[in-house]
Amino acid sequence: MAKEFELTDEMRSAIGNESPAWTYEVTTTSVRAFARGVGYTDPVYYDVDAAKRAGYRSLPAPPTYLGTPIFIPGRSHDIFTVPTEGQPSAKHGLKGLLDGGTETDYFGDICAGDTLSVVNRLENLDVRESQALGKMLITTQKTTFTNQDGKVVAIQTGQAIYY
Amino acid sequence: MGLSWSAINEGDAIPPLKKKPGVTQLVQYSAGSGDFNPLHHDFQFPQSKQLGSIIVHGRFKYAALGELVSNWLGHAGRITKISCQYRGMDFPDREFVCRGTVTRKWEENGEKRVAIEVWTESEEGKKTTPGEAVVVLRS
Repeated sequence: MAKEFELTDEMRSAIGNESPAWTYEVTTTSVRAFARGVGYTDPVYYDVDAAKRAGYRSLPAPPTYLGTPIFIPGRSHDIFTVPTEGQPSAKHGLKGLLDGGTETDYFGDICAGDTLSVVNRLENLDVRESQALGKMLITTQKTTFTNQDGKVVAIQTGQAIYY
Repeated sequence: MGLSWSAINEGDAIPPLKKKPGVTQLVQYSAGSGDFNPLHHDFQFPQSKQLGSIIVHGRFKYAALGELVSNWLGHAGRITKISCQYRGMDFPDREFVCRGTVTRKWEENGEKRVAIEVWTESEEGKKTTPGEAVVVLRS
């Protein structure tokens, strides 16, 4: 917990930085694993025939699931699976981490068989103070998901809280 | 299929979804999502010890709100936006209820749209994960 924390010019200079593109895969197995993890009982997320009867090309990605980043030891994060290479971040030294919020905008459908090219951008940095956590750094990341046809199918904006 | 735009009214409550994730469910979510933060499965992890328990992933609650909307929509349309904020912690083996209320119904660019306020409610009645969804109905 930080009593004092201020944004420096060095931190601010990271705003607008983008990661290199990384591949996220949507497969029948990955869709089933996510649906099972959430606890869905809807067969459309498990049974390809049921998905096709519902009008999809294949198993649709359940809401909030945007594919699984390809995992490569040493190049992916050990805990969060996401790529670590070239991710935009501000050096801040705060150790505590909480998820603040998530927003996903969809511009097209995402189904098993899709391969998404994903770029993460540091959108904003902000400092707030709470009674429980003291000074907090709020980072806003904007992640753009482009499918194999070059169409942007989703943009996810997330806030992380460092304290 | 089932749900149609004309039958939806502002103020409608959508059918609630009860969730009571145990440790096994959280482990399945970790595997499905790729989020292996030990705070969601390891009781010996320092942050878990500090809190006295592992906690439910915020993103699990976000996904459960997605399931709430998906179940209601019944593939009669698509979700164009879904958001939430993580305001409070939930713990394994404790029930929370995903709820939603239709806040707005309108047509835009020829699309039949509906906005829904969504949230998770803990056993103590706290809204730990408030959010919003927008869907487009086919008919």
